[in-house]
Amino acid sequence: MPDDTLNVSHFLVTGDPLIYGADVSIVVVSIAIVAVLTYYRKWGWLWREWLTTVDHKKIGIMYMIAALLMLFRGGVDALLMRMQLAFPNTRFLEAEHYNQIFTTHGTIMILFMAMPFIFAMMNIAVPLMIGARDVAFPYLNAISFWMFFFGAMLFNLSFVIGGSPDAGWTSYPPLAESDFNLGPGENYYLLALQISGIGSIATGINFFVTILKMRAPGMTLMRMPLFCWAILATSILIIFVFPVLTVALALLLIDRIAGAHFFTMLGGGNPMMYINMFWIWGHPEVYIVILPAFGIFSEVVATFSGKRIFGYASMVASLMAIAVISYFTWVHHFFTMGAGPGVNSFFALSTMIIAIPTGVKIFNWLATMYNGRVRVTVPMKWALGFIPNFAVGGATGVMLSVAPADYQYHNSYFLIAHFHQTLIGGVVFGMLAGMYYWWPKMFGFVLEERYANWGFWWFNIGFYVCFIPQYLLGFMGMTRRIYTYPTGMGWSTLNLISTIGAFMMGLGFLFIAAGIVYSIFYGERDTTGDPWNGRTLEWSVPSPAPHYNFARIPVVTSRDAWWTMKKERKQGVLPPGEDEIRPIHMPKNSGRPFILSLSFFVAGFGLVFHWYILTVIGFSAVAACLLLRSFDYDTDYYIPVDEIKKTEASYGRS
Amino acid sequence: MKYKAARWLRMLPVGAACLLLSGCTREQFLVFNPAGPVGRIEMHLIILSMVLIGIVVVPVMLILWYIVHRFRDRPNNRAPYRPEWSENRTLEIIWWGIPIIIIGILAVNTVHDTFRLTRPPEPTGKPLTIHVTSLDWKWLFEYPDQKIATVNYCYIPTGRPIQFVLTADAPMNSFWVPQLGGQEYTMPGMAMRLWLEADKPGTYFGSGANFTGRGYAHMKFDVIATSDPEFSQWAAKVRQTAPALTRSGYTQLVKQSVVGRMSFSSFPPGLFQETIMREGGMYMKHDISVLDNKA
Repeated sequence: MPDDTLNVSHFLVTGDPLIYGADVSIVVVSIAIVAVLTYYRKWGWLWREWLTTVDHKKIGIMYMIAALLMLFRGGVDALLMRMQLAFPNTRFLEAEHYNQIFTTHGTIMILFMAMPFIFAMMNIAVPLMIGARDVAFPYLNAISFWMFFFGAMLFNLSFVIGGSPDAGWTSYPPLAESDFNLGPGENYYLLALQISGIGSIATGINFFVTILKMRAPGMTLMRMPLFCWAILATSILIIFVFPVLTVALALLLIDRIAGAHFFTMLGGGNPMMYINMFWIWGHPEVYIVILPAFGIFSEVVATFSGKRIFGYASMVASLMAIAVISYFTWVHHFFTMGAGPGVNSFFALSTMIIAIPTGVKIFNWLATMYNGRVRVTVPMKWALGFIPNFAVGGATGVMLSVAPADYQYHNSYFLIAHFHQTLIGGVVFGMLAGMYYWWPKMFGFVLEERYANWGFWWFNIGFYVCFIPQYLLGFMGMTRRIYTYPTGMGWSTLNLISTIGAFMMGLGFLFIAAGIVYSIFYGERDTTGDPWNGRTLEWSVPSPAPHYNFARIPVVTSRDAWWTMKKERKQGVLPPGEDEIRPIHMPKNSGRPFILSLSFFVAGFGLVFHWYILTVIGFSAVAACLLLRSFDYDTDYYIPVDEIKKTEASYGRS
Repeated sequence: MKYKAARWLRMLPVGAACLLLSGCTREQFLVFNPAGPVGRIEMHLIILSMVLIGIVVVPVMLILWYIVHRFRDRPNNRAPYRPEWSENRTLEIIWWGIPIIIIGILAVNTVHDTFRLTRPPEPTGKPLTIHVTSLDWKWLFEYPDQKIATVNYCYIPTGRPIQFVLTADAPMNSFWVPQLGGQEYTMPGMAMRLWLEADKPGTYFGSGANFTGRGYAHMKFDVIATSDPEFSQWAAKVRQTAPALTRSGYTQLVKQSVVGRMSFSSFPPGLFQETIMREGGMYMKHDISVLDNKA
């Protein structure tokens, strides 16, 4: 691609009031943030406590805040689309703008909302659950977060500088190739995903090692909480499939900026190869985000039923079975490519087979509640809302796996309804359950219930109002990604209902956000460290957890370790391990992960606009950061015993 | 107060369902109103899969409702509380077993019909071939036997299997006529075969189903099924009255635009094959076999 096709006139996006509005609000918000930080002299605090932190809990909190912000942005995208589709022949958005919005909606929701949300939950909970002081590689963990953060920033920047990508979140060639897609939007997509993808791979490796190597004494694999099993499965999936995405995106980028022909037919390349590679990553990706949700539901359902999880061994087996089988289902995203009946049959069967372990998990959650005492708290509400929702979503997934039937569902609103039902009803419900569940452990106070309940009901009911009509629209022949539709097809009423549902969900989100703000001021403090009468080790430490997590590393003798310890204490049997406090070895904070990722951002931004000088500067800074790190021997320190005792005493513990 | 609000909210889906049922008729659910054997096979599979998954989903909902009510943490709840009860081999065999049986039944039917649909639907009728090219943002239909071409609509005779051979001279799209049967991708440099058949006359809605950019939403077309004699009459009329599609005319057609219906009395011979080869078909052995089979 020659440089002259892009010039400064492409730089600032003009001509659309929505974008001018965004420009203004970005400037206003930025000024406000700078002003507040300066006025309260918080720059040092921001740098020391957050930007340079390697503490898994703080990194988890930052992931969660980012995920909620991205949920908001992706949600606004969704509402704009639903407004456009509320009535036939609407002129609210033009085709180009609509195409950009559905592209950013999909990309943001999967890669910049669901992914950071699961990373948030695993960062916050996994080390505490396995009795570790941090993850295996805390410095790498900070790099992961900042790579994600700057990837997301680069992606969001496209909205006001250069224009958003508009070839769909799947970005299929040839539509995404430079022949049909000149603008920088597509480059933004490729580079933003590439940069945040590096962070994702690092997180996968980090948690894989953490779970295998950092467990407290006595915590055998089969004594781990199911959430940790889910994260282990997810980490394995990430390690195996994210490199495939990296390669696919890199080849497409080389096609676009260097004029190669990996995915164009003309030079002997093949666009089908991209589609295969994208979904070899893309299908396991949906399990990467759903397995942690399964893990959270296992914890939440067991805790609020006051009962051991039912069928632990078969829960573990089904997690692992899902993880393995999910590698072998990717072709079901394009049965209609005409791969031949043998290939289609194989992938139809492998897809159906995944439903079996998934179904078993649902029955096991039901059996966990059976003979228990079900406390319908807010996290439990999301879990209870999840079960029927995901049962339907999974069932329509089985319907879609029937290859010949899929010829009728493919790219229709039936498909749209299905994957929103699994991703919202599964992942979003799961992450919100996890957020309410672990909030006291993160911040030391419980989220209040009234707003949270309103949020749950509006979001949950809004979901059905929004998406059940979309199943029907699919049967009526409505295809996805159309910015307008004619009258006379019978689509109008259902689309209007769907739009109403979307706004109900939006209202639900506002209640959730309002509940968080209210609780920050008036939330009930958690002084016990164990507000839910929990079962796993994270509830054995005070809330919020001290930065070294455990003053003494616990010794685990059974599954549901904390539940057992509580029982033994009640019986007067002291748990083993109440020995002397020793100095704790901790990693030092570092600003380098932030600067390293910022350099990637600069290099990526340069590549988007073919400003190679900027790219060279960015990559030089990356190299410098890596080099400096390898000569840095001052990376850790010991917390003295006195300080630990003082901290524990401030929580009222000895 | 809290419960009152919740109960009110629970009524909403019921209201929504009523609205919905009043607004739509059965004919508008195109997938459930098939007009040919392929669409019917697919509809039967859809209904079978719905019944099979219903066997699992409906009980799950009922059991969930029952368990939450029976075991809810209330004072004086007399239901048993056994916090250590967590294993039961019989139960686990049941709920590993039931999904396996259901998936087994579905799998057999799926494989059978997947192979079935690659063959012409009714082996008795004489097949008709139509070459379909998706362009930005319109559909070109060429009739190699009748030597005519149309844009954004096509006629087919009822009772005869139609072999659509699909390609694209634009980004990948998908050819979908829900009432006749499921879709297949149109890809540049590729020739893909899709068998469909109409067994009653009518006008059937068709659309592009894979996103191709700005004008994609307008890529709708009609498939008009008539009796065989009427089809021949129509073809003859087009041959006599419509203008010819020239090579320069095709070059114009390929440019990005949204157009209405068009008819052409002829098209440059070998245009379809040339398009495929030019767009990369020279690398694909599979194309040549599809084209040779019925060129």
